[in-house]
Amino acid sequence: MNGDLKVALIGNPNTGKSTLFNVLTGLNQKVGNFPGVTVDKKTGFCKLADGRTAQVIDLPGTYSLYPKSKDETIVFEVLADKNNPSHPDLLLVVADASNLKRNLLLYTQVADLKIPVIIALNMIDLASKAGTDINVDELSSRLGVQVIPICARKGDNIEKLKEAIAYAPSTALQADTIEVEALAPGLIRKIQDEILVDKPYTALQLAHQHENLRYLPPAQSERIEEIEQEFSFHSSKVQAAETIARYNFINDILFDTVKFKQEAEKENLSNKIDKILTHKIWGFTIFFAILFLLFQAIFAWSEYPMTLIESLFTWLTNTAHEVLPSGVFTDLLVDGVLAGLSGVLVFIPQIAILFAFISILEDTGYMARVTFMMDKIMRKVGLNGKSVVPLIGGLACAVPSIMSARTIENWKDRIITIMVTPLVSCSARLPIYTLLISLVVPDQKIWGFINMQGVALMGMYVLSMVMAFVVAWVMKLIIHSKDKGYFIMELPVYRMPRWDNIGLTMYEKVKAFVFEAGKIIVAISIVLWVLASYGPPEKQRELEKKYQSAEYVANYSPEELERLKSSEKLENSYAGIFGKAIEPSIKPLGFDWKIGISLITSFAAREVFVGTMATIYSVDNDEAHMDSVREKMAQAKNPETGEPVFTFAVAFSLMVFYAFAMQCMSTLAIVYRETKSWKWPLIQLVYMTALAYFASLLVYNLLK
Amino acid sequence: MKLSQLLPGQTGIIKEFTDLEMSVKLMEMGCLPGESIVVERFAPLGDPMAIRVSGYQLSLRKNEASTIILQ
Repeated sequence: MNGDLKVALIGNPNTGKSTLFNVLTGLNQKVGNFPGVTVDKKTGFCKLADGRTAQVIDLPGTYSLYPKSKDETIVFEVLADKNNPSHPDLLLVVADASNLKRNLLLYTQVADLKIPVIIALNMIDLASKAGTDINVDELSSRLGVQVIPICARKGDNIEKLKEAIAYAPSTALQADTIEVEALAPGLIRKIQDEILVDKPYTALQLAHQHENLRYLPPAQSERIEEIEQEFSFHSSKVQAAETIARYNFINDILFDTVKFKQEAEKENLSNKIDKILTHKIWGFTIFFAILFLLFQAIFAWSEYPMTLIESLFTWLTNTAHEVLPSGVFTDLLVDGVLAGLSGVLVFIPQIAILFAFISILEDTGYMARVTFMMDKIMRKVGLNGKSVVPLIGGLACAVPSIMSARTIENWKDRIITIMVTPLVSCSARLPIYTLLISLVVPDQKIWGFINMQGVALMGMYVLSMVMAFVVAWVMKLIIHSKDKGYFIMELPVYRMPRWDNIGLTMYEKVKAFVFEAGKIIVAISIVLWVLASYGPPEKQRELEKKYQSAEYVANYSPEELERLKSSEKLENSYAGIFGKAIEPSIKPLGFDWKIGISLITSFAAREVFVGTMATIYSVDNDEAHMDSVREKMAQAKNPETGEPVFTFAVAFSLMVFYAFAMQCMSTLAIVYRETKSWKWPLIQLVYMTALAYFASLLVYNLLK
Repeated sequence: MKLSQLLPGQTGIIKEFTDLEMSVKLMEMGCLPGESIVVERFAPLGDPMAIRVSGYQLSLRKNEASTIILQ
């Protein structure tokens, strides 16, 4: 489906652009990438009044066409390059009615690109409540475009907006804003003539941005550089002059169209909330209380649905063994596929809760305050207040978080953020932590309400955060740069979270986890099952013979014999041989060769650990005992000593290993893509593996 | 007088900027010469600061605020 026309949404951050996008497209949307870059590209479809369908594209929020971060370069590329697949037929500028002056700056810029445009005047209700009276008709006639006042949250006037989209002219009719040619006389004309650009403002933008535009052939970019030399073009000066000219134009229009009722400055609600939430003592107390609640919630609230999913899979496994004929295919289906699948699906509740929290914090505007409060501390360790978002996002997944580090303008701050984000415990470690904690930490409450397991989990998260800061601080001393960073950021007013938005985020993230991660996990589970079920043929034949010998049959009961045999078979399977090969190097950490197998398989993705354990222990166990992975691991005994394999020391050593080790190929791939060199992902891989090994060694020897 | 020297609750009017590159960014965010600024608060650790300018709240570091000269 392509739609009859392409409409792009553009606007400042915090103008309700994504709310409007959701209202227009409903569930009919998908998240992809702009080709070649990793900025999220949300597209959806919207049925118009005249029966046509519009493809709606959500462009990243920006204050101006001059990019402050890599994220924003894509906006101008999409608008200027007519061959870009996302190049719109119509632009919908979403403007915050209560802050029209700043919002119109972006409008005047895009208007000069001469693409047909409509203005959606959002949050009109808040503006009139605040005493701002906008003469919409006058504004519309002065700018020469349709202006539709809406309230996206309440869904007011959306039908009218859809009508306006349907009947929008196909050519740009908007009035000229400023005299663009006067900003760089001669230069603009020359670029227009030589590079064949039809609009003067596009030519001026090319002069400013040509070095970063990927669609521009290098020869043209070089030519523009030469023309700039010829006219001694000073980018910052011209930008400053342009911005002032645009604001003069805007002020003229707003003077005639907007009336402010001057009321005595009432202290607004947001300000009152800020007094508490960014208070010297209360601010941090509340922040840590929220984090504490988050971890308690992940454990306590997810318990019931997780047990439900677990028992469903136990039932499925048992039924499959009863109903299906026994044989290789049943074994593969049950011990390979089902075991792997249950390892994925069981974590849906926890991931859903985590993302619900993160999106509520972002949606209400609280995340911006966290950034504000933390900037000074973050700067001390070589980060930036804006690193808080990738670091907190890292709780979910390092991959999108590393992408979100693009909002950090300073190169050094950004590199350090990227380097330490994978240390933050992501949701893929959560299964490992929960599994191991539930094995060795008693499910008891202190003072009747603090769950011990929750405390242990929070401890792991705190440890990973502290390590991220320590590493960041070390890197701050090592990496040198002359770049100066800045931190100019809007603090949006507090708002109630939009529950449908949060539901949508939860749905999207869970879906991504199940399908993206799930694919890898199930595939690896199958491979593993094969590796764990088969081994060098001669060795396997020898084993069969050994257990059929009179000596064994006489001395052991049939069940015992079966158990011994399958355990020795696993030891001599390909997976066992592999695990044994690395056993000497991981023995000091308290790990045996079975854990070694998991370490190897989970190099691709940490989630695989639990699936691997499930597969290994299903193969190991006799079929009468189809317990959950947790029970299987709890029963695992060291064949030499008879002691449980997963002691307190081993479990924590293993958790610390997973906390610090770079066991995620997707992260390495994204770091390569973001830094455009193998240098950084390699450094990351080496330092994290070394850190994991030695930390684990330390923990095991301390707790042993 | 620089913006960074104001105390919470104090008001000033922007006169000019000392850093050209920073000024472009500040102006895009609504900090224009002639615009009045109210300092709302400082972060708990004393930096950055939150200001109110053209109807909304902006946060910036003290060293960035020191490039804004007030009338």
